[in-house]
Amino acid sequence: MDLRICHLYPDLLNLYGDRGNIIALMNRARWRGIDASVTDCRLGDALDGDAYDLYFIGGGEDRQQRLAANDLRARKGGVLKRAAEAGVVVLAVCGGYQLLGHYYRPADGDDLVGLGLLDLTTVHPGPSSRRLIGNIVIRSTLLGGATVVGFENHGGRTHLGPGAAPLGNVMRGFGNNGEDHTEGGVSRNVFGTYLHGPLLPKNPLFTDHLIRSALGRRYGQVTLPPLDDRIEAEAHASAVLRAAGE
Amino acid sequence: MPGRVARGIAPDVVRILAARLPSGTIVVTGTNGKTTTARLISHILRGAGFSSVHNRAGANLAAGIAAALLQHATFGGRIRGDIGIFEVDEATLPIVQPSLQPRAVVLTNLFRDQLDRYGEIDIVAGRWETALSNDAGAVVIFNADDPLVASVATRTTGRRVAFGIEDDSCSLGTLEHAADARYCYRCGVPYEYRAVYFGHMGVYRCPQCGTTRPSPAVAAHEVEARGLEGSAFTLMTPRGSARVKTQLPGAYNLHNVLAAATCCLEMGVALPPIVEGIGTFAPAFGRAERVRVNGHEAVLLLAKNPAGFNEVLRTVLRDTGQATVLIAINDLTADGRDISWLWDVDFEMLAGRIRRAIVTGIRAHDMDLRLKHAGVPDETRAVATDLAQAFDLAMKSTDGRRLYVLPTYTAMLQLRKILQQRGLVAGFWED
Repeated sequence: MDLRICHLYPDLLNLYGDRGNIIALMNRARWRGIDASVTDCRLGDALDGDAYDLYFIGGGEDRQQRLAANDLRARKGGVLKRAAEAGVVVLAVCGGYQLLGHYYRPADGDDLVGLGLLDLTTVHPGPSSRRLIGNIVIRSTLLGGATVVGFENHGGRTHLGPGAAPLGNVMRGFGNNGEDHTEGGVSRNVFGTYLHGPLLPKNPLFTDHLIRSALGRRYGQVTLPPLDDRIEAEAHASAVLRAAGE
Repeated sequence: MPGRVARGIAPDVVRILAARLPSGTIVVTGTNGKTTTARLISHILRGAGFSSVHNRAGANLAAGIAAALLQHATFGGRIRGDIGIFEVDEATLPIVQPSLQPRAVVLTNLFRDQLDRYGEIDIVAGRWETALSNDAGAVVIFNADDPLVASVATRTTGRRVAFGIEDDSCSLGTLEHAADARYCYRCGVPYEYRAVYFGHMGVYRCPQCGTTRPSPAVAAHEVEARGLEGSAFTLMTPRGSARVKTQLPGAYNLHNVLAAATCCLEMGVALPPIVEGIGTFAPAFGRAERVRVNGHEAVLLLAKNPAGFNEVLRTVLRDTGQATVLIAINDLTADGRDISWLWDVDFEMLAGRIRRAIVTGIRAHDMDLRLKHAGVPDETRAVATDLAQAFDLAMKSTDGRRLYVLPTYTAMLQLRKILQQRGLVAGFWED
């Protein structure tokens, strides 16, 4: 069994520790004897349609996000869309999450047209509005009610359409827009979230869900043997406490 | 806080007091190296006969500058001191620039640092550009090896002087993960690097528009790295060259030394007192400071962002293959509340190359998990959430050898307080 990961724009959209997600996916596969490989796909590169089980897109600053948005639509959009329809896993955080929606309307400048893989839109309410920053804890029905912990830092407010389900409900923090208590968006095996940077290391249940879903398309129902997650559990618990203390 | 009060009473206090410094003011800004650079400038200038006013380490915001000026002012509003040297947070530069009207602005580097506090790196660069283009009087002293800093500096209108490292043997070969400014700020194409010193520092060129690293007027040649003991290099300047020794370790400190030397040359100081000042300068607190505990040594190496952390890790590994390290990670406001950056640090380089790693601080468990994923085995790692206990455990684990302490900013202050209570170090406000 092997897990083939494609990291989109690893040096353009890597704002804050995003590679922690790649490290966690690779290690949690390898610790179980599953071969794992990661291929970087950059600006200007064409995408090989059938070569990957999981795509990851990180976050970036405005300028980088605009560069990526144009390239994503022009060079990679068609392939990603077909892959998503075929059940390939796509995980996007922060700026990458916004690009999976229909559009991102920045504080100034033209709209960034997204890929439309998730039924959502994002609007930045203007430079004087406050950024939504801090530790965040959500409860995810997708993961059987487990908590997912992380850190968010975004100006844009995202609203889900009827075609996307939230990844979870906000217990602490802001989430998609700071108003409706939803966080993230999911449609089939496409996952987007504002929990940026190293989301996966501290949330092993979510990581394993992604690995299982990614392998499932080629290998059918996959059972992942349990790992010793005591260190993960400690880090997860301390993040929940930290968010509660704020 | 007296600074904040005074600014409330007289918003012009900074402008009025700063204008009374006969030799003007110098502003040092950037992500890493501000404290070291500002202290070194002050040290060299003192040797050259100036008396300086400067803000306390860490008091980098506007209130800290006002407080420093007030402390040196008489009741009549006269000021005791010839020259002001202020380290200023990168986001604060545009706020203080108009009131300080500095003679010189030193730009050290721009890394992602405490993103939740400062906003994104491009925004900071944009604000610098606006602040500096409104001011034609200041000489801009900038790091040519940082493409982001150079792109800001070369768009300013006044006089500017570049410094940099001119020794390809300092090159790491490839860009590390913590590199930020990999793409040309004009055309979005990745830079080509002939040499990478650390982070995104190096000798770069844009293959599309031809933007190249500005040629440094003041440069370090023939660099000889001596691990934690510092380094030696040949300092080339428009006013001659000299062999220089510094006690400050690591490539990142070469930039700090070059920045200070360039600034002092611009202030009219001759080369010999500059060389002398560099040689006699001891590290600032928490920056490669050494502490003796029961006959054993602990070295404090402040590690507050990925590029700085990588440099510190390399410095430790160059020193020994059997290091015991104490890593203390806090997430208070001054550290940056977001600790995601731990995943941008190349902790993988520690796997199999250290004797013991003890982790502590508010986010000790996050750090432990990071080391686990970096391949540092369970039996090498230990968590102790209490800082004092962690320090004692770490000292016991060294087997008489040197302990390497790698704290974030507030963890360093807390640790220093513990050591101070034990009488092992002087108070950190004593400068």
